[in-house]
Amino acid sequence: MTSLENIKRRAENNAKKHGYFLNPDPDFLQNLIVGLKENEDRYGFASCPCRLGSGNFEWDRDIICPCDYRDPDVEEFGQCFCALYVSKDVVEGKRPMQPIPERRPQEKVDRAIGKAPEKTVKSEAVSETSDTNRKLFYCKVCGYVTFREEPPHKCPICQAKQEMFGEIVLGTDIQVR
Amino acid sequence: MDRVKVKGAIDKHQVLLYALSTCGWCKMTKAYLRDSDIAYEYIDVDKITPDERETIHQDIKKRGSRLAFPTIIIDDKTIITGFKKDEIKKALGL
Repeated sequence: MTSLENIKRRAENNAKKHGYFLNPDPDFLQNLIVGLKENEDRYGFASCPCRLGSGNFEWDRDIICPCDYRDPDVEEFGQCFCALYVSKDVVEGKRPMQPIPERRPQEKVDRAIGKAPEKTVKSEAVSETSDTNRKLFYCKVCGYVTFREEPPHKCPICQAKQEMFGEIVLGTDIQVR
Repeated sequence: MDRVKVKGAIDKHQVLLYALSTCGWCKMTKAYLRDSDIAYEYIDVDKITPDERETIHQDIKKRGSRLAFPTIIIDDKTIITGFKKDEIKKALGL
């Protein structure tokens, strides 16, 4: 069984790597770490403590922390849905922490109830609406490639700044710009 | 599906909270209601059966909201998604 310290360390390392910060309120942060551990203990994977999980890995994989929605949420709101991961502005108090809208597609939310109609049970049946705005970016320093809405704040591999990312445009000929 | 009743001196409103036992915002909502001495009831939706979850899902849906936590229903008419302190305060007349 994973310890709270392990979960916290994992989150700290991930935040550091991606240029984010953890929730600056120690009680709030501790609650989220405890919630992540509870999910890891009961489901076998640390799904988002602020979303209803089904316990089925295939259905919950998009909300395993850090979830698929973290990057666009930190980009737009300065924090993820749970406020585990926040931006520098939030840590410095320039931006408030607040409840933000749910970005996860409704079909996936519904499925977590465990009573979804048979036709939407297969993972292929759920449209990947969150993918529509995602693009490919590459780090001009180390070559790291990522698929998301905006380039990362910093490269998780070589720590290069956001400005060092270029977009990869896929067509009949692959171009970089 | 048992609702957990939390006692409070201010009990003129019927306050129902749909929460998750693991969620930070839900914990803040519970703490806020407790500290404001509001009597309320809650259900931790991650701890109940799929059938019971579906009942709650339908309840939230028919009120025009999405399944998200915390959801607070005040006097069976005002529904607030998320720990929006100002909205909760207003609905409770605080």
